[in-house]
Amino acid sequence: MSDSKLDLLQGTLDLMVLQTLASMGSLHGYGIARRIEQVSGNEVLLNQGTIYASLVRLQERGWISAEWGTSDNNRKAKFYSITKKGRKQLAEDAEYWQRLSSVMGRVLTMQGEDK
Amino acid sequence: MNWLWQLLQRLRSSFSNAEADRDLDAEMESHLAMAIEENMKRGMSEQEAWRQARIQFGGLEQAKQQQREARGFQGLDILWLDLRYAFRTMRRDPVFTCVAILILTMGIGANIAVFSVVNTLMLRPLPFQDSQQLVWIAGLPGKGGLSSETYSTDAYKQFLSQQQSFQDVTGYFAFSTSDNTRLIEHGEPVPLSGVAVVGNFFQTMGVKPILGRLFTAEECRKNGPPVTLLSYQFWQRHFAADPNIVGQSINLDNRSVTVIGVLPETFDFGSVFSPGAKIELYGPAILEDMEDWGNTLSFVGRLKPGVTIARAQAEANLLFPKFLFSFKHPGWGGNYTGQLTALKEYVSGKLRRSLIVLWCAVGLILLIVCVNLSNLLLARAAARSKEFAMRSALGAGRGRLVRQLLTESLVLSAIGAVLGLALAYGTTFYLAHQGSIALPLLSSVRVDSAALIWTLLITVATAVIFGLAPGLKMSSKNLQEALKDSGQGMSEGKKHERLRAALVISELALACVLLVGAGLLLHSFLRVLDVDLGFEPSRRAAIKVEFADGDGNKRGVVLSEMLQRIVAVPGIEAAGISDNLPLDMNRSWGLSAKGKQYQKGELPATFVYVATPGYLNVMGIRLLAGRDLSWQDGEKSEPVVIINQTAARYLWPGEDPIGKIALVNGKDTRVIGLIADVRESSAETIPGWQMYLPITQAGPVGAQLVVRTKLPPAALASSVLTTLRSMNPAQPAREFRPIQQIVDHATSPRRFFVVLVSIFATLGLVLASLGIYGVISYSVTRQTQEIGIRMALGATVVRVQMDVIWKTLRMALIGIVLGAAASFAMARGITSLLFAVQPNDPPTFTSTIVLLTAVAIVAGYVPARRAARINPMTALRNS
Repeated sequence: MSDSKLDLLQGTLDLMVLQTLASMGSLHGYGIARRIEQVSGNEVLLNQGTIYASLVRLQERGWISAEWGTSDNNRKAKFYSITKKGRKQLAEDAEYWQRLSSVMGRVLTMQGEDK
Repeated sequence: MNWLWQLLQRLRSSFSNAEADRDLDAEMESHLAMAIEENMKRGMSEQEAWRQARIQFGGLEQAKQQQREARGFQGLDILWLDLRYAFRTMRRDPVFTCVAILILTMGIGANIAVFSVVNTLMLRPLPFQDSQQLVWIAGLPGKGGLSSETYSTDAYKQFLSQQQSFQDVTGYFAFSTSDNTRLIEHGEPVPLSGVAVVGNFFQTMGVKPILGRLFTAEECRKNGPPVTLLSYQFWQRHFAADPNIVGQSINLDNRSVTVIGVLPETFDFGSVFSPGAKIELYGPAILEDMEDWGNTLSFVGRLKPGVTIARAQAEANLLFPKFLFSFKHPGWGGNYTGQLTALKEYVSGKLRRSLIVLWCAVGLILLIVCVNLSNLLLARAAARSKEFAMRSALGAGRGRLVRQLLTESLVLSAIGAVLGLALAYGTTFYLAHQGSIALPLLSSVRVDSAALIWTLLITVATAVIFGLAPGLKMSSKNLQEALKDSGQGMSEGKKHERLRAALVISELALACVLLVGAGLLLHSFLRVLDVDLGFEPSRRAAIKVEFADGDGNKRGVVLSEMLQRIVAVPGIEAAGISDNLPLDMNRSWGLSAKGKQYQKGELPATFVYVATPGYLNVMGIRLLAGRDLSWQDGEKSEPVVIINQTAARYLWPGEDPIGKIALVNGKDTRVIGLIADVRESSAETIPGWQMYLPITQAGPVGAQLVVRTKLPPAALASSVLTTLRSMNPAQPAREFRPIQQIVDHATSPRRFFVVLVSIFATLGLVLASLGIYGVISYSVTRQTQEIGIRMALGATVVRVQMDVIWKTLRMALIGIVLGAAASFAMARGITSLLFAVQPNDPPTFTSTIVLLTAVAIVAGYVPARRAARINPMTALRNS
């Protein structure tokens, strides 16, 4: 793990999990973690274990649901899938993040008047 | 709803922690297995694959903890922590814990028990359907006892047909005595108590039988088929709850009577209408048979919906004076009045004030308990101040500390409440099965859901009251001060001590109020016991006898023979018979002086007793002038009567009544004797007019055989019964009632309240003395060094001792002065409950003050002695 990896902001992991489930359908914890790592191009500093706090939080809010099942290679695993409520939440949060990141982008690329 | 869903989810996960943990373990295990598998697929060795998987996963335990925190319910987790901590603290200090729980158990238990009584007697509606519609209708209570409060059957018919305010009006025969029926099976006859009720009684009261049916119109008519309803308890006890009892015939007084139904368990006639009595059988009152019996019915009505008592009363005021006493004798005025009272008010209205006093007393106890515990906790707080300073230094917020302390006090009071509930269950069970207390509804007292809610309420309130002050006190301490204050060499901070002294003073003041209240009630009770009843209750006992007198003409012969045989029984000194006994049942007739004119309603009705010669002597009723009744006063000789002083004084003022002619129910009768007044209705009310008629000249209603004996009555029962059976084999087996028991029954409500209030006062006194002892003892411990120094500097033992005692006394005196002032106010409030005692009764106040002072001195003396025995050297070395 190099120092240059990104530390996750509070709440971002939840959003990533939601998005992953929304695009991939039903998935187990390991799969979600791997998927996030792949998509982020291994740029995110993710202890895979932390995903479980996020999963239980989302579950309690009713945004995802969970069910024990069997994986492709015949292993017992808990599969998560996004709920209708979760999709609504995802849409809201994604829009918020997009707005925030575009604002942050603009602010951070701000050029001094006199430069 | 969102937050509710989340809350439920979290609550669920909090409660199913272990399961969720297992679930998580399995999930993480499969996670790692998948990771290892994938790594190995990429060509890693098994060991390397495992290592990499663990690295990618991060801290296993941290992840678990994170997940637990995310799913858990924080508040609940903290509560759990606090609870565990509270239990640990309690275990560490078992003496404190036991004392606290004991005190709380008594305080809360007493409160639940009293609440249950108050709730049953005062708050809860009567156990009848729509009981607020039920109204008690009675003549104005005059001096005539029951006869002037009841009505004739003809009056009932007139009222029923003319009234418009009631859905229905019913009544019952008001002169039933206990054991008035015999159930004849194989073996000895079983005495039972039955009451005759008007046919529509149960419909009007809204009582439905659990088995069978109610009376039909035919059964209520003259010569109708004889039927009876059984009380639930009797059905259970005697017929073993036989479900086939309905339709069976039983032999009552040699009549075959059909059982037509069983009444519900909740219906207890005695507890509503005749406290202390147990009724087993209910028969229909045959009104045609009762026409010539005079005033015998008590009325109960059910108002139409929407009709107020005031409106019904206005109607009654118009109707009742016009009612005829008897259709056969239209000339005899009824002189009726009809006073309407809500049935509930009739049943328990008189007790309301006593109950409120009781409730206040028990509330005071709880307050004293709280103050006491507050004090104990404060003492402990001082010892724990370092702990709290430490926790606060480590970052515990003030709220968090108060919360911890409140949890501790809640745990204590919850344990106290659970034990208190057990105590209350026991007490109410005992009270409900006490036949000897003449309080209405007492048999239905139990800890019900309302009492449980009340328990919860007082438990929380108690915990907050006794836990909050020490909690705030402790957490408000500035850290530095706490660490300094708890240094061993220093005396305790003044502020702390002042709070504790204030608590002890208030405790003493509260105890003082309780003691004065109890003292006043006790003094009143003693005064009631001291009342000259006009007869001697001790060493006398009565038994209800039956005899065959063949239409009355043989009555004299039979009864004189019976008395002769009874007196011959070894151990019996004297015997006599009367139909009614004082303080028991009564009835009244008219009595006036012949030849004088009286206004209508001027003369009170006169209590009438039909007795044998010698009865007055046996009962210890004092004959002041003239002679006793005699067997010679027969049917053919001149009618005679003995009257009491009160009647004589009014009828023949300033004259000797002996030899005068009186009118007894209109009949010329010669006055042959004058007796001292007898308390006939209650030990506390002034006697009314009384007369005694010879059993050979007037018809008795039953017969009570009274014997005077030195032996315990129970020892005589079998020989007396044998003697009675030798004359009348049908005499049922009954027990002797000591006359003292009848007196006790009459004074039992007062005794009940006095005993309870006295127990509470004693409890208050003990708690208050514990409080003083605790504070003084604690301050002596804290001042060990200081005292040591003073003694080293030359203070004498006596001086040190006196100082401690003086400190105690100062607190005690302030408390007593405040308490006495409050007691004056309290005493004025309970004036109506006192009997022949002034609210500022000097003996009560003086003895309370002396008692409290003495207790305070004793409580202070023990630590004072300890202080005096402090060895200066040891004390100083210890620091």
